[in-house]
Amino acid sequence: MKLLFERSRTGRAMNLLPDCDVPEVSFDESLLRSSAPRLPELSEVDLDRHYTALSKETYGVNSGFYPLGSCTMKYNPRVNEAMASLPGFTELHPLQDPATTQGALELLHTAGKYICEITGMDDMTFQPAAGAHGEYTGLLLIRRYHQLRGDLEKRTKILVPDSAHGTNPASAVMAGFTVVSVPSNAEGGVDLDALRAAAGEDTAGLMLTNPNTLGLFDPNILEITKIVHEAGGLCYYDGANLNAVMGHARPGDMGFDCVHVNLHKTFSTPHGGGGPGSGPVGCKAFLSDYLPSPQVREDNGVYSLYDPSESVGKVRSFQGNFLVVVRAMTYLFSLGGEGLTEASSTAVLNANYMMHRLSKSYEIAYPGICMHEFVMDLKKLKDETGISAMDVAKRLLDFGIHPPTMYFPLIVHEALMLEPTETESRETLDDACDLFLEIAKEARENPEILHSAPNTRTVGRPDEVSAARNPILRYPFE
Amino acid sequence: MSMIPENLRYTKTHEWVKEEDGLSVVGLTDFAQSELGDIVFVNLPEVGDEVVAGESFADVESVKAVAEVISPVSGVVAEINEELMDKPEMINEAPYDAWFIRISDVTDTENLLDAAEYSDFCEEE
Repeated sequence: MKLLFERSRTGRAMNLLPDCDVPEVSFDESLLRSSAPRLPELSEVDLDRHYTALSKETYGVNSGFYPLGSCTMKYNPRVNEAMASLPGFTELHPLQDPATTQGALELLHTAGKYICEITGMDDMTFQPAAGAHGEYTGLLLIRRYHQLRGDLEKRTKILVPDSAHGTNPASAVMAGFTVVSVPSNAEGGVDLDALRAAAGEDTAGLMLTNPNTLGLFDPNILEITKIVHEAGGLCYYDGANLNAVMGHARPGDMGFDCVHVNLHKTFSTPHGGGGPGSGPVGCKAFLSDYLPSPQVREDNGVYSLYDPSESVGKVRSFQGNFLVVVRAMTYLFSLGGEGLTEASSTAVLNANYMMHRLSKSYEIAYPGICMHEFVMDLKKLKDETGISAMDVAKRLLDFGIHPPTMYFPLIVHEALMLEPTETESRETLDDACDLFLEIAKEARENPEILHSAPNTRTVGRPDEVSAARNPILRYPFE
Repeated sequence: MSMIPENLRYTKTHEWVKEEDGLSVVGLTDFAQSELGDIVFVNLPEVGDEVVAGESFADVESVKAVAEVISPVSGVVAEINEELMDKPEMINEAPYDAWFIRISDVTDTENLLDAAEYSDFCEEE
């Protein structure tokens, strides 16, 4: 496919601007660039065809199976889009008088109540625009809590298990803390002795995903949060894997003080490049005064905005990605409590079904019952055949399946992490399992085809090392 | 089987260390570079920075993952190997020549393994 720059012809630009009919203003010379930017010049139809061609090369959950572990690539129901495009939601401005935006405020208030019910929290903000943004916001609440108690100088450390998402330690550092990594035990859960040794007077809090990135629910969760609380720290729940436990278990009941959830994962709003995301943060009542401002409240059926008394400030403009909340609310109303509970059950069942079938040819990193996702360890396959997790992932592209998450979590070295989600049928799961098993056979009988995969895509196997070491980031003008 | 020179000391986090001209010289072991795969980026501290035994002083990025490099000793960074920043592949090609930093004023040292102990440790990993 030709680049826009390669299609460009001088003078073919789409300059359809009318003559200037307002006074011209000249800027200081130092603010002006010395030469015009070298933008490509194309006709509208050529530009349109370029992007249409690109769009045909994309792959989404609407194209096929997408078992990207820990990303919860579930189907986004069409009705979500229908509701989010209602003019009552789209033709609003956040600076309007709240008397004229009661419906939108009611939606935020109700969505907050529902997600608080699901997570066992008391209050919620919708400002954070993604999961990691939610983590950062949650840590600001923890920071404020220690600050107002005069404890911040001594409580500088956040405990993070070694199976955590990479965003957890990154968010902790962004929020001004230092990170202490807590090792996992042989069962894939938090090593309690190591946690006890790490928790102390300098502990500000713990960040934990449960079920964790190995797809395992930590059976010691109550003991874990107790250890942190007894040391004077707070417990933060990363809701990345909430899809496994909706209606079955609540972070609030596990001892967590604040949480974020990912509307673009658990609550079926668009994900990935499409987005935008939304990472609302919930907290227990004792942290409510620190939430970002403004918050929505209700008095006798009238909704209004207020600034919490000890607010950490704004983390994003207005109410975050509001139309994403409309989509999530549609999902909540569509499924109801019973439906959400069943969605989690089915997500767990689908993951266990695939894990069981694939265990015939692939080693499972932590065998037993998994939650909504599971991790395969291809180390033995690699030692025996030279075929790595990367090779298997690339071969899946030839069959039109999006590969699972690779080389994560870091504690499993040749990891493939699968999360089928609840929206896939038995037939889709079986087809995918057949392909995985076929590829395991190929690894032994015809390894060459895996080393060179993908063999049928527009772009073959990129040289990732050269791309990382010597990236070409600019178009080489002559 | 990875190379483990007799004359070096090792950590359980796969760094090697040796004494040279009164300084501690630190790098990543052959086992570490082979587990990481092709290394594409190295982030080094600055000369004069303090390093603490058991804590991260640098990170390396491969096509698979980012990994922290842990200091075997506490002290002050006397010299950094700037060549690694342009040529991170040196770590894959010759891990025991591709030193990261030289450390002066060493005050504290982690429990280090000798070659035989480190070899046994790698077997278990």
